[in-house]
Amino acid sequence: MSSIPSGPRPKYLTVGRIGMYCFILVCALFFLMPLYVMVITSLKDMDEIRAANILNLPKELSFYSWPKAWSQACTGFVCEGLKPGFFNSIKITVPSVIVSVGLSAINGYALAFWRFKGAYFFFGLCMFGAFIPYQVMVYPLLKIEDALGIYSTLPGIILVHTIFGMPILTLIFRNFYVSLPIDLFKAARIDGGNFIKIFLYVIIPMSAPITIVAVILQVTGIWNDFLLGLVFAGRDNQPMTVQLNNIVQVDYGVAEYNVDMSATILTSLVPLFVYFISGRWFVRGIAAGAIKG
Amino acid sequence: MPLSRNIASIIALLPMIIISLTVFVGCIIYSFIYSLTNSKLIPVTNFVGFDQYERLFKQRKWDVAVENIFIYGFVFTIGCLIIGFLLAVLIDQKIRGESLFRTIFLYPYAMSFVVTGLVWKWVLNPTFGLENSMHMWGFSWFELDWLVNRDLAIYAVCIAAVWQGAGFVMVLMLAGLRGIDEDIWKSLSIEGVAKWKSYLFVILPMLRPMVVTAIVLIAAGVVKVYDLILALTSGGPGYATTTPAMYVMENFFSRANLGQAFAASIIMFISVVCILAPWAFYEFYLRNKYAAN
Repeated sequence: MSSIPSGPRPKYLTVGRIGMYCFILVCALFFLMPLYVMVITSLKDMDEIRAANILNLPKELSFYSWPKAWSQACTGFVCEGLKPGFFNSIKITVPSVIVSVGLSAINGYALAFWRFKGAYFFFGLCMFGAFIPYQVMVYPLLKIEDALGIYSTLPGIILVHTIFGMPILTLIFRNFYVSLPIDLFKAARIDGGNFIKIFLYVIIPMSAPITIVAVILQVTGIWNDFLLGLVFAGRDNQPMTVQLNNIVQVDYGVAEYNVDMSATILTSLVPLFVYFISGRWFVRGIAAGAIKG
Repeated sequence: MPLSRNIASIIALLPMIIISLTVFVGCIIYSFIYSLTNSKLIPVTNFVGFDQYERLFKQRKWDVAVENIFIYGFVFTIGCLIIGFLLAVLIDQKIRGESLFRTIFLYPYAMSFVVTGLVWKWVLNPTFGLENSMHMWGFSWFELDWLVNRDLAIYAVCIAAVWQGAGFVMVLMLAGLRGIDEDIWKSLSIEGVAKWKSYLFVILPMLRPMVVTAIVLIAAGVVKVYDLILALTSGGPGYATTTPAMYVMENFFSRANLGQAFAASIIMFISVVCILAPWAFYEFYLRNKYAAN
């Protein structure tokens, strides 16, 4: 873990190092190309798209596709653009993140400090759930929600996201709490703290870093979800990803690729924003989810 | 005494226990039971033994789906591992602009599968996409008609998926590389071992836990692949890029053939268990055994 670089710093570029830089640049271009194409296509008008090279910069900037994608593009008979989907995604994401992170934090806390017989058996079952393909659970879960009267409603989709977020979130909270010094917990116990008090006054104040990781993981995960939103959200709450797909895949009419690309960018703005803002935390979230996932 | 001490903990974990039992375990049992019936539009308890499975294995479409998932699983996993490892090694060479390159390689991972699919659908568009660009640059022999080619469409899916997921493997591998002791590098350089040899034969074997984790996580994601293909090819041309997940969803929601869908979903579940079981055995049983000794 020493931060001192070992060996002499390369003072001049060797052939090998030049080759390495060339390779890494080519890779970077490959990774950037779709983003570049997305952005420039959204700024061209359709005539130019039909006539010119997909990789060329636009000759004339045209911004008309952006407002169109946002508020006028059609999905079937409704022509309201992505706007309703954006607000639906917010309505779905915010409560789902709060509920799933809160619940999983309590789970992790209970598993780390208040172990009872059988607790880890159920934890194992829960972790096993993380690997079951959604397709196995979608229909029975739909039946359960139907029986509860929340199928195709906002609470219905929130519950589904809470269920499927729980395994991985519980795992990372548990792993974080286990790494805290146990003496802290013991001291709080001696001072007469009970389950709720210790959680509120000792654990929560120390949970900021892992909570940020969990929130980032959930915000991007839920925002990017397609399948669950499609099945459980219902017609009135369709998330942005579902609407995006509907807008782009319409069978009839002239395909407007610039509008499609604007819509695609708009849909990925939130997760990209989270990614660029959070940087290191995003990476930490991946690592936390993967270490023992 | 132990019960009273833990009663709060049990109550706190009740949601997790209920969800694990009803959703994760219950749904599998439900799906299995109804996979033995001839349910069509609604689930009925008219048992027909393993007829649905027999019919499933006779379907040409299911064969294609299984073949596709093997091709996709193989190419995607290997592609992600090789590119991810290579990128991690390159970034580990104390290059300039390290964090910029890391950001570039990881940003696709923040995008949803729907967005990934739609972007690549546009880039690979047979009329206006990259093929057209190459023709405009004078490479008239260049062909990139993968999306409309029955045999190659699945590889287009693989490219899009590797683009999205390689950064994830890079992050995991980089975390592993940064954890390698400096002394090992010192002794390798004293021995005069070539750098690429050290990476391939010394460092890579040391990263085995990381590689195994990456493979398991990627493989678990492979079986789920649905929205990416829906956005990129809609399963086409014809049904050339259909997958088991798509087969299940189709039979549930558009073909009203519940029995088939349940049977196919159970097969999906069994294959996931077959992938996971050896890893879980190694991870949780063998490791604990060694730790105990």
